[in-house]
Amino acid sequence: MKYSENSIWMNEDGYDVVVIGAGHAGCEAALATARLGFRTIVFTVSVDSIALMPCNPNIGGSSKGHLVREVDALGGEMGKVIDRTFIQSKMLNKSKGPAVHSLRAQADKANYSRTMRQVLENQENLDLKQMEVVRILTEEGRVTGVQTFSGTIYPCKAVVLCTGTYLRARCIYGEVSSYTGPNGLQAANYLTDSLKELGIQMCRFKTGTPARIDRNSVDFSKMEEQLGDERVVPFSFTTDPDEVQIDQASCWLTYTNKKTHDIIRRNLDRSPLFSGMIEGTGPRYCPSIEDKVVKFADKDRHQVFIEPEGLETNEMYIGGMSSSLPEDVQYAMYRTVPGLENVKIVRNAYAIEYDCIDARQLKPSLEFRSIEGLFSGGQFNGSSGYEEAAAQGLMAGINAARKLQGKEAVILDRSTAYIGVLIDDLVTKESHEPYRMMTSRAEYRLLLRQDNADQRLTKVGYNIGLISEERYQKLLEKEEWIRSEIDRVTHTNVGTSEKVQSLLKGYGSTPLVSGSSLAELIRRPELSYELLSEIDLNRPVIPEELRKDVIDQVDIFIKYEGYINRQKRQVEQFKKLENKKIPENINYDLIKSLRIEAVQKLKEYRPVSVGQASRISGVSPADISVLLVYMANEK
Amino acid sequence: MEGLHNTTIAAISTAMSDAGIGIVRMSGPDAFAIADRVYKGKRDKKLSDQQTHTIHYGYVVDKERMIDEVLVMLMKGPHSYTGEDTVEIDCHGGVYVVKRILELLIERGARPAEPGEFTKRAFLNGKLDLSQAEAVGDLISSRNQYALESSLNHLKGNIKNKISELRSEIIYHTAFIESALDDPEHINVDGYGEKLRKCVDGLMKQIRDLIETYDNGRMIREGIRTVILGKPNAGKSSLLNALLGEERAIVTEIAGTTRDILEEHINLKGISLNVIDTAGIRDTEDVVEKIGVERARDYAERADLILYVIDASMPLDDNDRKILQIIQKKKSVILLNKSDLDVVVQEEDVKNEYFASNLSEYKEEYLEDFHIPVISVSVKENKGIYVLKSTLNHLFYAGNLSFNDEICITNIRHKTALQDAFSALERVMESIDSGMPEDFYSIDLLDAYESLGSITGESVGEDLVNEIFCKFCMGK
Repeated sequence: MKYSENSIWMNEDGYDVVVIGAGHAGCEAALATARLGFRTIVFTVSVDSIALMPCNPNIGGSSKGHLVREVDALGGEMGKVIDRTFIQSKMLNKSKGPAVHSLRAQADKANYSRTMRQVLENQENLDLKQMEVVRILTEEGRVTGVQTFSGTIYPCKAVVLCTGTYLRARCIYGEVSSYTGPNGLQAANYLTDSLKELGIQMCRFKTGTPARIDRNSVDFSKMEEQLGDERVVPFSFTTDPDEVQIDQASCWLTYTNKKTHDIIRRNLDRSPLFSGMIEGTGPRYCPSIEDKVVKFADKDRHQVFIEPEGLETNEMYIGGMSSSLPEDVQYAMYRTVPGLENVKIVRNAYAIEYDCIDARQLKPSLEFRSIEGLFSGGQFNGSSGYEEAAAQGLMAGINAARKLQGKEAVILDRSTAYIGVLIDDLVTKESHEPYRMMTSRAEYRLLLRQDNADQRLTKVGYNIGLISEERYQKLLEKEEWIRSEIDRVTHTNVGTSEKVQSLLKGYGSTPLVSGSSLAELIRRPELSYELLSEIDLNRPVIPEELRKDVIDQVDIFIKYEGYINRQKRQVEQFKKLENKKIPENINYDLIKSLRIEAVQKLKEYRPVSVGQASRISGVSPADISVLLVYMANEK
Repeated sequence: MEGLHNTTIAAISTAMSDAGIGIVRMSGPDAFAIADRVYKGKRDKKLSDQQTHTIHYGYVVDKERMIDEVLVMLMKGPHSYTGEDTVEIDCHGGVYVVKRILELLIERGARPAEPGEFTKRAFLNGKLDLSQAEAVGDLISSRNQYALESSLNHLKGNIKNKISELRSEIIYHTAFIESALDDPEHINVDGYGEKLRKCVDGLMKQIRDLIETYDNGRMIREGIRTVILGKPNAGKSSLLNALLGEERAIVTEIAGTTRDILEEHINLKGISLNVIDTAGIRDTEDVVEKIGVERARDYAERADLILYVIDASMPLDDNDRKILQIIQKKKSVILLNKSDLDVVVQEEDVKNEYFASNLSEYKEEYLEDFHIPVISVSVKENKGIYVLKSTLNHLFYAGNLSFNDEICITNIRHKTALQDAFSALERVMESIDSGMPEDFYSIDLLDAYESLGSITGESVGEDLVNEIFCKFCMGK
């Protein structure tokens, strides 16, 4: 029993927005609504576990780093907090093109959580409450409040669901299972029923995490040390780069071997996956070590990264070896890995199952199509990852606030942001596993770089009200510098003077036969804006705090101009369909010549634009033509 | 109004048949510019400088080569059927010329129109009323249905397999690069360019081969373009009549591409021969003399097959040597006619003349390579015609011109898609050559993948992500 009739009472503090969950999605959602002036309360099962990182100790990584940058550019918090709490940082793919450069930082987990908690605590309009929400209250298809485990009713105008992996969570390894959330935290066992009563379709996903081990039991001499970058680049556009040049912690690389694999193979029948105890299929992008051994049987070793969980703990994370095998097998297999011969496990590896939704029930604003004022973000929407969660939480929060402001929802499209790709995929495509962001999912990734997230999104954030005037003006100044420098180097010519030729020679570049613009020289792989300073006589002095960014942007634009322009043309095509909005009251039954399957799918999804409709599986190009004809006709 | 579309489409808008005039229509923002690229009027007149709703006399030319004498109609949007800039080229009908003009427009920047696309554009640009519009909706969906069915039929076997094969190779490499980008600490893609170069090279070659089969594919639709060559009195007309023979009932006469050409359609056990004949061939038999070797060369150049008729009762002369030169690079069959008379020309003589006229550095062993069938016939007595027919059958079903089991492209949209894929792969090569990082390769690889998919009706969708997870072991 949750509560008795006697304990029901009405809270009268007058909250506008209720956020359920204080993970990475919940924090961003609550900060956004509070900062936009709405009285917000955040419910969490444990105030000590705000912005918890229950799996890997990193923020960022390929494409996820882009998301963090974008969250920051829109006025979110994740980038700022990791800049203050990271203990090692790397720019991944640095030898590749700028589109796939991606920041990844090792976090001090406890510090990250504590720091985010302080940001929440110090935020005006924002209250924290340790309590499980058990019911969403609605009237006539519209959210009116929530009710807690203790019986209290909190009236509100909008609710953002960010329950992560906590709904009816169950952790499993071997034959052991417990109905708890991550790290043994209390699960939320009642809300699912309330959501089902509201007609929301729930599904069950699974994910997993490796063991945490005691640093003192590890022999690092048998591993390769992994250092951070010499010069650290911050995540947040507001962080002064000089402030993130810290003494960094190390990670360590080791490998599994034949012995490890033999142990795993011998004990496969004891895995809860094989015994049928876990029903869901695991996410393919982070397979458990037993999955890897089975699926990639020809590989005789797999990489294992030993990563610190923080500076003030001896716990370390075993990257690459998540598992749900029984405890004894975990010990046996980890101890076959060089350096881990005597390892002590602090927390066992486990798989976790939880309730979430099929996000196709959501509008691209992350509001439920069937319930006005009910928004959701994060792992609850069937995604995975801290960064994916933060991005959705931010957008759900922004759009909850926009709703209360009576303004149109902010929807970032696939050509504007990874966030747009993420949300569009979630609300449009069917998925059978937690969704992870990947750079290959972004069609226009040359335009969606982590280095230009501010140019893409800070104006959006400013218009929403999450970016200060000062920050916006600084962006405009930076953009003006980039524009004028690109223009200048494109129109500045150098001749074949001895100075020019000897400079080219010095960098192993072919001498000029006739005059050339500076831009043409910058386009050469061996040259750059910086390297040409001697022969660029009219180069202006760029303000120091903008200098590096401006130069990077000029180099990238000029070097990859052909590719960038090609993608821009593709985007123009894409936008035409994207900008063809489908009226909300369209009656698909009236459209002759649409195939039956297409009518069903369109009625189910109610896409907002012809572009979105075209991405629904089961809607053919012919159907889109018919739809276009019909819409044009209705005008 | 601002057009919804920024591509320019082109299509043949008259039936592909015996119409005296053929119309090729083009609509879209670049219609005038593209027309200028193929049009030659008086004094370097530019169509794009002309008034709307005017008609212009001139020629369609492929670089310097004249294709046909035409009238060009210009209609600036919105005052046109589609509401966009529209150009109509009226030419002299005939399947070959109309198709050639369409192909030329596509080479110069237009895109083949989808079924019903002109009407669709007309509608979207507000040029049609409600009832018309509803009909258009039906039309589009039914046409698409038809296109789908026919393309599925068409794609049942080899082509589909071939395209899938190419696509799976492309997606594999793309997935490898992408998995490395997503998980750089587990998968290393450094130096992959060199490996990829070989694969892309192979892919490009295969695609080029497919594109080249387009001309073979054309044979299925239009018949095998056949030209009968020979000196006066060699028996060309008689041969034609003999071939027409019992099939005469199903022969169709198509009024010609240019006024002095006549095409006879002959069906030989499923093979369709389109015998290109001169108008005068039935009046007089002095083809070579009348039209001259140059004209013969022209016809021969366009031919898929040459039937060279030799009067075996007369010695070979200079004219024969000229014709032997012409047929050098063509599929041909040599007929030693008049076997009923005293024969003075043998197969051996023809071979010797052939090598003598074609190879100055003629060597003995090349005799072995002589692969032109030589058949002894008497057209007059209808002897050897059966051998000729089975030789032709053999040539087409087993030889190089076979279209029965080989993969060939028959649809110009498929050809365009293959060309797009080819260009995308060329860009991959350029990126490799110019030392671009690996992530750029996968962008163009995916473009190629998508273009090929448009042939089989498959989009990229989740293919890449699935391939990544399926083939490569990701970390965490």
